[in-house]
Amino acid sequence: MAVNEGSEAVAGKARERAASYLIGRHRFRAAEALPWLLAIAAFFLFPDRMTFGNQALIMVMFALSLDLILGYAGIVSLGHAAFFGVGAYTVGLLIARLDWSEPLSSLFAAAVLSGLIGFVTGWFILRYRGLTVIMLTLATAIMLQEAGNLRSDISGGYDGLPGLVISPLFGVFEYDLYGHVNYLYVLGVLAVIFYIVRRIVYSPFGQALTGIRENVRRMNAIGSPVHRRLVTVYTISAAIAGIAGALFTQTNAYVTLTVFDFDNSAKVMVMLILGGTGRLYGAFIGAVVYMILEDHLSKLSPTFWQFGIGLLLILAVLFAPRGLMGLFEDIGRGNWRRARAAATRRFAWKREHWAVLAGSAFDGAAIGFIIGFAVNFAEADLISEYIASLPARALAFTCLGALVAIGIHAIYLVFTSRSVAEDRAS
Amino acid sequence: MPQYANIAVSILFDGLAYAMFLFITSVGLSVTMGLMNFVNLAHGAFAMIGGYIVVSLTRSYGVGFIPSLIIAAVLVALISVRFERRLYRRFYRATDLEQVLLTIGLAFMAIATFTFFYGPIPKSVPLPDWLQGSVNLGFRSFPAYRVFMIAVGAALIAVLWYVFERTNIGAMVRAAVDNRRMAESVGINVDRLFTLTFALGSGLAALGGGLAIQLLGLNPNFALLYLVLFLIVVAVGGLGSLKGTLLAALVLGIIDTGGKYLLADAGGFFIYAVTVLVLLIKPAGFYGRE
Amino acid sequence: MTAAALEVQGLNRNFGALKVTRDVDLTLERGARRALIGPNGAGKTTLVNLITGLLKPSSGKVLLEGEDITALSQAQRARRGIARTFQINQLFRGLTVLENLCLTIGERDGHCNNLWRATGARRVVIDEALDHLAALRLVDDALKLVRELPYGRQRLVEIAIALAQKPRVLLLDEPAAGVPSSETHLILDVVANLDPDIAILIIEHDMDVVFRFARKITVLVAGAIFTEGTPQEIMANEQVRAVYLGQEGHRVGDGVRHG
Repeated sequence: MAVNEGSEAVAGKARERAASYLIGRHRFRAAEALPWLLAIAAFFLFPDRMTFGNQALIMVMFALSLDLILGYAGIVSLGHAAFFGVGAYTVGLLIARLDWSEPLSSLFAAAVLSGLIGFVTGWFILRYRGLTVIMLTLATAIMLQEAGNLRSDISGGYDGLPGLVISPLFGVFEYDLYGHVNYLYVLGVLAVIFYIVRRIVYSPFGQALTGIRENVRRMNAIGSPVHRRLVTVYTISAAIAGIAGALFTQTNAYVTLTVFDFDNSAKVMVMLILGGTGRLYGAFIGAVVYMILEDHLSKLSPTFWQFGIGLLLILAVLFAPRGLMGLFEDIGRGNWRRARAAATRRFAWKREHWAVLAGSAFDGAAIGFIIGFAVNFAEADLISEYIASLPARALAFTCLGALVAIGIHAIYLVFTSRSVAEDRAS
Repeated sequence: MPQYANIAVSILFDGLAYAMFLFITSVGLSVTMGLMNFVNLAHGAFAMIGGYIVVSLTRSYGVGFIPSLIIAAVLVALISVRFERRLYRRFYRATDLEQVLLTIGLAFMAIATFTFFYGPIPKSVPLPDWLQGSVNLGFRSFPAYRVFMIAVGAALIAVLWYVFERTNIGAMVRAAVDNRRMAESVGINVDRLFTLTFALGSGLAALGGGLAIQLLGLNPNFALLYLVLFLIVVAVGGLGSLKGTLLAALVLGIIDTGGKYLLADAGGFFIYAVTVLVLLIKPAGFYGRE
Repeated sequence: MTAAALEVQGLNRNFGALKVTRDVDLTLERGARRALIGPNGAGKTTLVNLITGLLKPSSGKVLLEGEDITALSQAQRARRGIARTFQINQLFRGLTVLENLCLTIGERDGHCNNLWRATGARRVVIDEALDHLAALRLVDDALKLVRELPYGRQRLVEIAIALAQKPRVLLLDEPAAGVPSSETHLILDVVANLDPDIAILIIEHDMDVVFRFARKITVLVAGAIFTEGTPQEIMANEQVRAVYLGQEGHRVGDGVRHG
């Protein structure tokens, strides 16, 4: 009898532990105040970088809206800039064509309009999966851009609508040249939006979204109205992206059709991947880090920046699928210690590794060889200067390519410590 | 010829040439997606690379236009074999998002690399004499280059049709697209099949890219700019279907050309409107499987 | 006379020239304990897919308590009270076991329409989820991610989800497959303790399970109903033995419990 009571008590404790985890999950944790404190601190510490700060906060909001559909519901959209653009142009047109410059009501109008377009397009697009969704979201942004271009008399075309000044907030706070009031304004709106998103994510609806992301088949089998759920979150996400776009126009006093560019959609996706999808604060980290990097690096060379972004995406997919937030969590959970131990343990070099490296060397050499030939037509004078003759150049690049490939692959092998067999099996 | 008939013929003709470009470039993507369910957004980059190889060969090394096209196609096909084996293969079971990120990353890297080497200004190719000027087909003259494109397209369609419908390999590909697991259990080496079709598709994309230089102009952004079009053609035609890609290319190519002829700036719209319409009626595209 | 819990009339399904389901008539009465057996490839899972709406029939009807549900989607049928397990687990692998259950209950009762109140605020849902887990001895795994569990335990989660839907018709596709033999009794006990009004259909190859559970057996061969009867009748049926002879695994007559 005593044994039974004991095991019952144990079972009861396990129950309570499980229940309390789920019950307490949505409560605010102390650490959550950190990003907000940092944002306020930035206001005091960097008063001359407020315009940059504004754009960073707007990108955070944009990334947050994408996280809702991508991180939580699993919808891959390559055209989210569509809704950003709708919001941006709502404000632009309200000011330029209708002389309406009250900020908060404009925000509301932007949210409603982009939400509406999100609803209509989402209803149609979300009946599909996979490639079709990707393509249709891409096409939506392009169509809207084309529509704007069509009536460039209204939209201002690619030259845009300049000089869009908004009225003082609440009729009291005037916008100053340095963007101080703007910053607090945007931060305030972001705080409200974030609160809403946070509630959605921790609600049963949010849970259903993760279910859809994890296994649609199972969701259908338990009776979930999947399409309805997806359209709902898509609409909300569109509205939030629209608000971000509206703030963009309001803080820049300017809007052009480039807001619909694929670059914009790709940029926000990179931010989210960088920070980590499906984790609310991933949007914060990703957007801020990206904006800082872009601010410093893309000025040096836009081409290298683009290359770096491409490389970042590939590395993220190969090594850090859960973004920076994922890395932080791993560190927190002590996985970092385990990962480091695995990386620094003695790497056993097997014969099969030579074959793999030889393969990489061949690839590198081949690419180098081709580049050596292509460079003849290069606009990069510095290379043509150094090695003038074709055979010398081809040889040089071939060797360089082989070495680089070997180096990268060797590092990869050592740090992931995977055998070739494991590699093949994955 | 009466005015409107003249315009109609122009639209049909130019649309046909454009459709040939779309078909040649997109058919590889369609079969790839239908066969392996792999979202390859770097496909446009392969076409771009093909175009730049042609540019390099013709302008820097004096190789003829036609030989350059062939060399470019073969070269890109070979490169893509290595690509597929070493990189893409790991991601066949990955999520859509991961495939999208990977291939977009590759596209970005390719664009940046070629911008670095070739600069952002559009390039052109020196064409042989017989491809310049016009050809008189009896009732009207047509630009020689477009006639050439249509001829190349028609020839390729014939060859591809023959390979797909009449050879063993074609049958294997069709079987694998239809039901991969069953094809494997019947003994078809789907892995090797895929490498083969991927190489073929990429080579064709390179060819399309080379052909497009004269038609559309070539700069590094070509890779992403036309990607949407390829995706649309593939989605409207139906994944994995040769017939579908051809039909979609024809329909979309002619409608896009017509739209641009008749309505200049607004014309770009129609191709998307038609896409939406087709997908509403046939969600899997013209010849896609549900 | 009240309508049967589930009825299938003249169900046909063709893939081109291939007939995977031929003219199937099946009736599950209220409280049925039915086993569906047959050689591999007979179309058992296909039949379940047709019943649940994953597949649309080429012809024929599916009736749930007299109501024609043939035109309804999978989700709509699930909301009307049909639950199933899949031959290969279909779980929310990236979520915890407890969340898997809470989500199921949330969808069942319409909580998931709520965007505002936190899941944690509904103690009732969490408690019910834990009850279901307790019945299958899964409480200790409640906070583990499903993908971290061994396959056998994942199978139990699969069953827990189906049960948590509180269905009127329950379709289990090889529930014991992959579960270690030390734990199969859990499944049978839980199923045995279910509301006697629920109609249950099990696809199984394990004849021990079949004979312990079923009051009636339907034999499916090449997409068509071969025969139906009580376990004793089926066991004694020469033709059924012949159909199974040459199949690997359990043959009818091995390990049968009498009485």
